[in-house]
Amino acid sequence: MPVMADTRDFSKGPLDAFKNSLFVVPAVLIFSVFYIYPFFNLLWLSFHQWQGIGPMIWVGFQNFQGIAGDKVWWASMGHAAYITLIALTFQNALAFALALACDREIRMKRFYCMVFFIPPVLSEVVVGILWNWVLNAGQQNGQNIGLLNYFLVQTGLPNLVHNWLSDPKTALTCIAVVHSWKGFGWGFIMLLAGLQTIDKQYYEAAKVDGAGSWSSFKNVTIPMMLPVIMVVVILTILGSMQVFVLILSLVNQGLVYHTEVPVTRILGSMFTTNQFGYACAQAVIFGAILVVVSFGMKKLSNSIKQA
Amino acid sequence: MLLRRKSGEENGQEMKKIFSWFCCALLATAVGCAQPKKPSHQIEVWHWMTDRQDALEVMAKKYEQETGIKVKIELFAPSDAYSQKVIAAAQANVLPDIYGILSKKAIVASFIKAGYVADLSADFAAHDSAWEKSMFVKALDVNRFPEGNIEKVKPGLYGVPIDVTNIQLIYNKKLLRKAGITRPPETFTEFVSQIKALKRVGIVPFVSGFGEMWLVECFALNYAFNIMGEEKVFKTFRGEVPYTDPDWIQVFSVFKTLTDHGAFMQGIVTKGNKLAEQDFALGRAAFAFNGSWCVNVYHDMNPSLEYGVIQLPPINSALPMRMWGGAGSSFEVSNSSPNKDKAISFLKWLTAKEQQVFLSEQTNNLPANREALGAIPQVLAEFSRVMETVTHPSVWPLNEDPLALETFVKGIQSIMIAESTPERVAQDVAAVKERQLDKMKR
Repeated sequence: MPVMADTRDFSKGPLDAFKNSLFVVPAVLIFSVFYIYPFFNLLWLSFHQWQGIGPMIWVGFQNFQGIAGDKVWWASMGHAAYITLIALTFQNALAFALALACDREIRMKRFYCMVFFIPPVLSEVVVGILWNWVLNAGQQNGQNIGLLNYFLVQTGLPNLVHNWLSDPKTALTCIAVVHSWKGFGWGFIMLLAGLQTIDKQYYEAAKVDGAGSWSSFKNVTIPMMLPVIMVVVILTILGSMQVFVLILSLVNQGLVYHTEVPVTRILGSMFTTNQFGYACAQAVIFGAILVVVSFGMKKLSNSIKQA
Repeated sequence: MLLRRKSGEENGQEMKKIFSWFCCALLATAVGCAQPKKPSHQIEVWHWMTDRQDALEVMAKKYEQETGIKVKIELFAPSDAYSQKVIAAAQANVLPDIYGILSKKAIVASFIKAGYVADLSADFAAHDSAWEKSMFVKALDVNRFPEGNIEKVKPGLYGVPIDVTNIQLIYNKKLLRKAGITRPPETFTEFVSQIKALKRVGIVPFVSGFGEMWLVECFALNYAFNIMGEEKVFKTFRGEVPYTDPDWIQVFSVFKTLTDHGAFMQGIVTKGNKLAEQDFALGRAAFAFNGSWCVNVYHDMNPSLEYGVIQLPPINSALPMRMWGGAGSSFEVSNSSPNKDKAISFLKWLTAKEQQVFLSEQTNNLPANREALGAIPQVLAEFSRVMETVTHPSVWPLNEDPLALETFVKGIQSIMIAESTPERVAQDVAAVKERQLDKMKR
């Protein structure tokens, strides 16, 4: 009887593969418990009417139908889009301008970098309290308590004294400006890092070809920076659309409905009106919108790169 | 015997199976199996009251010395985070022996119906109801579910108040004197004329945390009770009286009148109560609408502040002004706690006269035990005057639909920023109410 050699490769056998796969178990477990399970639970809850505790009633797509006709919800999306627009323009323009300035050989460059990065590392609650003090419209003994209004009076501009956070015309813009002030440091750091990777030879070559500052900026800096700019834009959109702690610390439960954004609506549905199911449906729709926007931006980024 | 070598694909599939089962087992262990607690000589208490943590720790040590039972006091703040923690703990069946539910009565009812809260009726009724009789009735009512309650909870007493509170109009004596006002207002008309007097000398008349919806609701419903009476308010909640009724328009008009006379501090509609308390303590406004907890807050911010307390000045002299009040903080006992009896004994001890006086002195809160009233500071005594007549949404037979209530409060805020009128707000609230009633019928 011929003896067959055992050709099994034990190093690749089921037991060994099992052992190997054990290494990914912690990560899979954490991901499952903290991401996959909550996601599917959220989706499941969005089809129910639920107070947060007690029985859940299956209502199918009723919550989603309600959201379709919820004017306050869609207005809150508009408010978030407005804040995002200000952040995309004002915040990123400021970040880019400062990054360009710091990319040159200037004195105290490191100090500026550090100062510009202070607002992003502050807590949003702290920033809210700080700016509440700046924008406070109250008075004591005829004197303005708020720093901005006090400054306006002292500089001979008393006509500009305003109830900044309690006027529907200015409240959202104030929130957007404070949000941009807090967030520009991230963009600054990323854009500065991007600028420092551009090979100086490109600028020298452009100079030899007779290009001026503007021409170098347009034809060298911008094209080379496009990938970084796209990342900053995507992060700005995602961060601005989800802003809410700053709003709560600046205007509490909101100036009527003028400062509502999707996340404050979701929180309100959950804890003010006890509609957990509705809040979950709002979260699903909001999440889907953000995913679509992110993919859209990614696609746009790829097509710009190819062009 | 020829051993067939498994293909890579087969190996992979087998692995996937083993791996999936392993993950499922781990997940089930991690998520699904909370260990039931065993009886012990330690009681666990969860609370949210940052200002009472030190006093409760002292009480816990004293209780341990007296009885040998250790009380573990755990603070979770802010209150929003605490509420979420309690809900999550209830869902996971890991509630502590003693905890508080910081929510509306409907949510408390959900906890009871789900079996998370022990019924303490028998304990309150023991020894000729000695424990019950020592407490303010209004404070107990917050935790009481009477026969035929709308939440359909088994009738009983489900919580122990450790202090009481009420919300009233507070006035700065010095600022009123500066405007030539010798006594606080007794009617709404007087209130308006005092506002004018204060404005004349450049004093901001009124501040409150009207950026927080519940304070606006409280102020408005105080006047609603005074203008139309309790029963008509409840009829409105039931949908039998529309918000476009002239009485409701008068309620909304209170805010218009005060706005038109410049009563409110600039930015009041987005002001949190903490900032409003700071404004009043620093003498930036003559009147504040705030709760009895402010005694502690004002003392910390400005110990020399001279102030007094009155009910909101009524509009209708024929009906009483019912201020909001009742149990300030209540504790519930977990129904599944193996230390239930020990937990109840601790709460009995905590609400006895001696401990209540200590808590009141340490935290400047009104005691829940009426026998402790004799030993409290003057301002707290002023607050305590209305304790027998206070009311609160948690003791009402029914509450307004949350969405209608949100529209109601937001509408009032829009009147305060001169963006809307009482009539328009009434129509908006009525429309939402009608929609919600239709939804309920469906």
